[in-house]
Amino acid sequence: MIKVGNEQINSDFIDQVQKLKQTDLSKCWHCNACGSGCPFAEDMDYLPNAIIRMIQLGLKESALSTSTIWLCVGCNTCSMGCPNGVDIAAIMDVLRQIAIDEKIEIAEPGILSFHNAVVDSIGRHGRTHKLEIMMRYKLSEKDLFSDIDLGLKMLSKRKLDLLPSKVKDKNGVQSLFKMAGIK
Amino acid sequence: MTRELEKEMSYFPGCSLATTAKENNASLNSFLHHFGIKLTEVPDWNCCGSSSTHSINSKLALGLAARNLFLAPKDKSMLIACPGCFLRLKHARMELNESKEKQHVFEDHFEKEYEPNLRLIHFFELLADMGDSGLFNHLTNRLNGLKVAPYYGCMLERPPSMNKEKSHYGLIEKIMASLGAEPIRWAFSNRCCGTFLSVSRPKIASKLVNRIMHGAIQAGSECIVTACAMCHLNLEIRCKSDNQLPVFHFSELLSIALEGKAPKEWLKRHLINPTQLLDQRQLSYHRLPLN
Repeated sequence: MIKVGNEQINSDFIDQVQKLKQTDLSKCWHCNACGSGCPFAEDMDYLPNAIIRMIQLGLKESALSTSTIWLCVGCNTCSMGCPNGVDIAAIMDVLRQIAIDEKIEIAEPGILSFHNAVVDSIGRHGRTHKLEIMMRYKLSEKDLFSDIDLGLKMLSKRKLDLLPSKVKDKNGVQSLFKMAGIK
Repeated sequence: MTRELEKEMSYFPGCSLATTAKENNASLNSFLHHFGIKLTEVPDWNCCGSSSTHSINSKLALGLAARNLFLAPKDKSMLIACPGCFLRLKHARMELNESKEKQHVFEDHFEKEYEPNLRLIHFFELLADMGDSGLFNHLTNRLNGLKVAPYYGCMLERPPSMNKEKSHYGLIEKIMASLGAEPIRWAFSNRCCGTFLSVSRPKIASKLVNRIMHGAIQAGSECIVTACAMCHLNLEIRCKSDNQLPVFHFSELLSIALEGKAPKEWLKRHLINPTQLLDQRQLSYHRLPLN
């Protein structure tokens, strides 16, 4: 059994990631072009290339329990800047999804709650209903007041619609959720 | 060589333009209508599968995007205004074109034949064609030297698998200058606005937005012009009151140049009131009381 620090190495992890996103992670030579361009790097617990290093080393648990994978918004600045064409933003998508599927403790539960609120809203209406998403997210975080002034201002400017814009064929949307293994 | 402009296109507005950014949608439609380009919404379109969905469920993101591709009329190009929607739909199209197996799965599901050659066109691509065709030649000097900071957000950033796609960098500058505005050079034109972290981690989004605003002010701009409705919203809601400039959707400034005025229905939806600036630059609008 090989360990790095206290963590047992999972040598299948790199294949698991590479299979989900067709990519060759051995191409990353840790030049840190991704981290130096990332607008969120200063708030991350590990730089993007450190996450790639964890995958290369088989440190699955470490990689999946970082804040970094949740703070990444997929703006693609890193993927565009990588001299070797490693699609780092897409790797982050894959890591989040493995963390959810394998019930790893999520480092940023609030961000996941927000994503779930958005996906639920799409399930209900086929489109996103921003007011509902914000209300449900604030409720799930038990934080109803931090943005109340902003919410009221947006309502008064009609930036937030009270009623959702909806898809007519609700079953058509629901069937896509079933296909994706939700519900 | 410029392509002949299509006069009838199908149109994918996306959730933002249909709701929070109605002024973006209205100004875009009104602008294109003036040039005789008729847009018909993709019937019963749904969310493109952007940010949150592809962050946590790639299969669902592909399914949502695929439904839109299957709903779009095959004989027309599909115009997309939102850079996020454009990327998701293009990405889904690429994924389906690369895999016969996936195509068959969705063909069976939607009971329809897949059209691999459906043309997806971003608003910027259409604008570039329109500009090349000389359609804006009569609009010189319309914007009276308005100093604008062109803000593309992350629309210019594409994943490696899509790096052969057209880049529209420079288009805002080129068109704004041809309409008589003065595009300023600055360091933040493609810096991410923070997207959904604006709700789930507002401190981070605020920091990014205030840096962008500060950058535009320091560079001597009078306003920011955006390519993306989500960026527009974030810039307006997360900037500090002592560090802000009016923010226009690109389509709004195009319409102001064209019509010589902006309907108050658009301007009153702005959280940062742009009317004082339009006044200073003698650009007319339907007057609104200042906040």
